[in-house]
Amino acid sequence: MNKVAVFRKEHFNAAHRLHNSEWDEATNDKVFGKCNNPHYHGHNYDLIVKVTGVPDKKTGFVMDMKVMSDLIQSEVIEKFDHKNLNEDCLEFKNLNPTAENIAVVIYNILKPKINNELDLQIRLYETERNFVEYPVT
Amino acid sequence: MVYITRIEHFNAAHKLYNPLWDREKNEAVFGKCANENWHGHNFELHVTLKGEPDEGTGFVYDAKKLSRLIKEHVTEKLDHKNLNVDVPFLTGKICSVENLVIAIWSQLNPHLPETIQLHSLKLFETPRIYVEYYGN
Repeated sequence: MNKVAVFRKEHFNAAHRLHNSEWDEATNDKVFGKCNNPHYHGHNYDLIVKVTGVPDKKTGFVMDMKVMSDLIQSEVIEKFDHKNLNEDCLEFKNLNPTAENIAVVIYNILKPKINNELDLQIRLYETERNFVEYPVT
Repeated sequence: MVYITRIEHFNAAHKLYNPLWDREKNEAVFGKCANENWHGHNFELHVTLKGEPDEGTGFVYDAKKLSRLIKEHVTEKLDHKNLNVDVPFLTGKICSVENLVIAIWSQLNPHLPETIQLHSLKLFETPRIYVEYYGN
């Protein structure tokens, strides 16, 4: 098989808040704590995109890293960088922008743009200490 | 003389926006940082004190006490806040990382004992952008 995983690291800075509009303020405060601040807070997100596959015989690439970088920039970073995820990004109009949900959204954006024979995994750091992965393998 | 540094962090939203300018000029000067709905960062603050180690304790200053002081007077007021809206000591200021570091100095320095000198603050807005301030 000789599968190899290649990784591209990118970053974006965004504001968000964690809030469930179906709950009252007291419940939101209890569940989401200071992350529910109505005036938002923010993070430097680090995004690691992992693509796994067999290197192409002609190029030696699993995926051209420049193509991968351009794809992440145009489809993800330009959408989310220096934005308010709750207010500015349609993806989170009805979806709480937790790190978990952001990772799933990014996966769903990128998956159709990448060769179907390659496996895709997203690792998203919300802080240096909090990070998530999707899908779980 | 020994320098001791304590690192703390906070996560906050802000925007760069001068209310005396119209939106067009703000966008020309501040670019995407002027986004009216804010954006945000994981800030990291390095607080450096200088002094002679105490003969009794061996400490320039108790690092745990320093951590408590920074939390009480700085990071608890900034963490998970909107710097432009939620922080009284930043009212009327443009929330650049430069202005923020100066304001943090004013916030922290009065609470340190006179025997200790606040040497510098280093404030990271991202891992690639940071400022230093020496109080002058």
